[in-house]
Amino acid sequence: MTAEQSILIALLMPLAGALGIALAGRINANLRETVTLTTAAGLAFVVWGMLPELMDGGRPFVRIAEIVPGVEIAFRVEPLGMLFAALASGLWIVNSIYSIGYMRGNKESKQTRFYVFFALSLAATIGIAFAANLFTLFLFYEALTLSTYPLVSHKGDEKTVRSARVYLGILLLTSIGLLLPAIIWTYFVAGTGDFTPGGILQGQLEGPALGLLLGLFVFGIGKAAVMPVHRWLPAAMVAPTPVSALLHAVAVVKAGVFTVTKVIVYIFGVDYLFAEPSSSWLLYAAAFTVVAASLVALRQQNLKRLLAYSTVAQLSYVVMASAILKPLAEIGASLHMVAHAFGKITLFFAAGAIYTAAKKTEIGQLAGIGRRMPWTMTAFTIGALSMIGVPPTGGFVSKWYILAGAFQSDNYLAIATIIASTILNAAYFLPIIFAAWFGREAADNKLEHGEAPLTMVIALTVTAALTIGLFIFNGPVIALEAQMLGVSK
Amino acid sequence: MTGWSHHLPALQVIVPMLVAPLVTLLRPRGLAWAAATMASLLAFAIAIALTLGVLDGQKFSYLMGAWPAPYGIELGVDAFSALTLLIVTGASTLALLAGRHSVDTEIEPDRQPLFYAAWLLVLAGLVGIPVSADAFNIFVFMEISSLASYVLIAGGPNRRALPAVFKYLIMGTIGATFYLIGVGLIYLMTGTLNLADMELRIHEVADLKPILVAAAFITIGLALKAAMFPLHAWLPNAYTYAPNAVTVFLAACATKVALYLLLRFDFFVFQPNLVGHDVQFAYFLMPLAVLAILIGSGVALFERNLKRLLAYSSIAQIGYILLGASLVSLAGLTASVLHMFNHALAKGALFLAVAALATRCSGIRLENISGAARSMPWTMGAFVVAGLSLIGVPGTAGFVSKWYLISAALGEGLLGGVLVAVIVISSLMAVVYVWRVVEAAYFGEAPAGFASTREAPPALLAVTWAAALANVYFGLATSLPVTLSTSAAEQLLRHLP
Repeated sequence: MTAEQSILIALLMPLAGALGIALAGRINANLRETVTLTTAAGLAFVVWGMLPELMDGGRPFVRIAEIVPGVEIAFRVEPLGMLFAALASGLWIVNSIYSIGYMRGNKESKQTRFYVFFALSLAATIGIAFAANLFTLFLFYEALTLSTYPLVSHKGDEKTVRSARVYLGILLLTSIGLLLPAIIWTYFVAGTGDFTPGGILQGQLEGPALGLLLGLFVFGIGKAAVMPVHRWLPAAMVAPTPVSALLHAVAVVKAGVFTVTKVIVYIFGVDYLFAEPSSSWLLYAAAFTVVAASLVALRQQNLKRLLAYSTVAQLSYVVMASAILKPLAEIGASLHMVAHAFGKITLFFAAGAIYTAAKKTEIGQLAGIGRRMPWTMTAFTIGALSMIGVPPTGGFVSKWYILAGAFQSDNYLAIATIIASTILNAAYFLPIIFAAWFGREAADNKLEHGEAPLTMVIALTVTAALTIGLFIFNGPVIALEAQMLGVSK
Repeated sequence: MTGWSHHLPALQVIVPMLVAPLVTLLRPRGLAWAAATMASLLAFAIAIALTLGVLDGQKFSYLMGAWPAPYGIELGVDAFSALTLLIVTGASTLALLAGRHSVDTEIEPDRQPLFYAAWLLVLAGLVGIPVSADAFNIFVFMEISSLASYVLIAGGPNRRALPAVFKYLIMGTIGATFYLIGVGLIYLMTGTLNLADMELRIHEVADLKPILVAAAFITIGLALKAAMFPLHAWLPNAYTYAPNAVTVFLAACATKVALYLLLRFDFFVFQPNLVGHDVQFAYFLMPLAVLAILIGSGVALFERNLKRLLAYSSIAQIGYILLGASLVSLAGLTASVLHMFNHALAKGALFLAVAALATRCSGIRLENISGAARSMPWTMGAFVVAGLSLIGVPGTAGFVSKWYLISAALGEGLLGGVLVAVIVISSLMAVVYVWRVVEAAYFGEAPAGFASTREAPPALLAVTWAAALANVYFGLATSLPVTLSTSAAEQLLRHLP
């Protein structure tokens, strides 16, 4: 199997899986779950199988069709996309195991539809990760929005549909209204939209126009949730928790920051953008989002909403790291994508486990729950520590690199933001952890419960272990991403 | 391809025109439909053969009765007319293939032969305009198609079609008369009706008042026929109250033919000869096109009747076509011609989906189709695909022409930036009005006391999906429409001084 074939198989496998799930769903639920797990494992196998070639400097490329002269559907695997695809496909396995426990534990309806659209979203995610140019990326970006909509609106009652409309509305309007014009503008001035190391805009566009184009990109990529286009993220929390976990901690939101990073690195070019003063606003916007979203998170009573605002803040961490425009910070950005993915999926898994076992959703109800659900709360603690950036978790490593990048360019704004947000993160996570372990359970709690279903506990234990693992084994990730910038670490 | 192939331009018109009277005699049930469909299919096949010939670099010119060109009637087919013929015959064929059930429910059996005969006359008139190279001949075909289309629109069971068609008749007649006055004035000054001959002879009298007046009459008359804002008032009701199959046919192609003629006349006859005509043309069309785009989309946002909603969207889409043309550049004209094709695809598929909904729901207002997606998932699936094309989402045909249009606008500097903003805003409005339909169908509760339980008839559904998939196909394999529209645009521009 050549790497070119691998790309196509990786794209088609989740689609075939979706079909298989739809057919198996008519026969038997266990068969359907088997198809999901097999597809997920197969996808991860294919995607991870490309890693050695990438490390050797290979950049497999496939062209599918040319839509308009110069505008084609094509795929190229490069380090950043490889990282994203590997992350999404690997966590899909864990998430599928978790989903089975969650969907059955909560007796959710329309489970077949759920798994079908989950597989479709993964296909779109892989398409985003491997897109070789802006056009292809946009195609799958929209496909991801559309295929996740039925997942967000899964419950189907009026409140859910209204929130899901916010989700779809913001993502579609920003992408068509801002991102698409930005893409067409790029093709118009540069004659191409191929992701090229070093960027394609150098000498084609300068001054305020460059800053404007950057703005169209950053706010057009609504999935990156830079304020004020972040509202869809809390709205999407009406989705079942596995959806929030994989899509709104990993695939969808990471598709956003991934696209921002990719555009900055491969379209604008890090060095070119750094020399251009009209791009500096991005740092301020991202820094503002980090602090403001953390402040909002501080005031949340609902656990999933708190996690949503924490996600908004953490995403802007990645955007800010990219906007520092120094190699170490770009590596920090991609590392943070991974670290946050592991940490946040653990936190969402824990929130879902608490809901399934104890039917609790509010932070005030969590006192003393650590004694009933020790595994879940241990994992939650590890995830939260990673968000704060305490060693030995992955969050520490990525913050280290971002800070190092900030010092490279004496960027005190970024440094101050990181310090402030660390304090805020601690301020909203530590009280929850403290209450869960040392608090006294409310006297009127009638529901006797233990841990969540086994599959859920396994899943959240795995991701918690990954969070710690990233602290120790981050070498390959950094080596891969150093290739992206053509620098040695 | 020698021998018979040079007869194709004539056969294109003759086939539907001769089958039309025969159809009136076919009384047994279903036979009239079958004959009309066969004739339409044959016309479609001829259009494809002509297109392939044009792509091969063949020149089609046909002298009726072998009278030489400026004196006799000349027929001709080039890339622009081939594309228009494809749109017209394709729309007619799809609408007929899909429409049998829909026509059965809306037209009494004993009137059906007449209905199908009128249909073929509309087809003959609409294909007659692109193949004619003679200004008066064009007028005759225009009248044939208009008169027959009044019959088609008024043919449905809805009595409100009558005032709608009366309005259309008055407006359409004014448009055609204006065109005729213009042609008459030119004939007075040049003594010729052949378009190519006119282009040469008009030069000597170019800036005399009668020619300027003729230019105004012809442009406005054709703009009326093309439903250019603010001369669009006839269109929404005519589309809304016409039988569903007729709406599919006419919405996809009737205004396109008028637009074809508008561009052809202006670029072939006036642009090369009248000093500053290109600037005037742009100044006249561009603001109206922008208003059409914004107001058409804006009204569609608030419409609750599906056919009216799509009709207002058509007014906006006609605005796109005119906007591209008003740039008077290769990129702009390419976008314009391409959008004629792509919009016909998208709107045809959407109206087919609406026709499918109409067979099972109590009506076609948003409250009637509420919850329809549960019982008609395939129909609504096709609606969504075609809707994405109308919005201009990548991967669909609608995207390709918008891409060209935005690229063309970007070449215009600051003004282009404003135009891009207009296009983007209108696309966003399209997102909203398509979404309203989708939301009603997928998330609405089925209306009380009425539960539609079945999918649309298989034939209708199959054609709807074929049209929806064509939107995807031409969104990915763009070479055919792009090649045709690029060479059409080159041809139009070649006549500029």
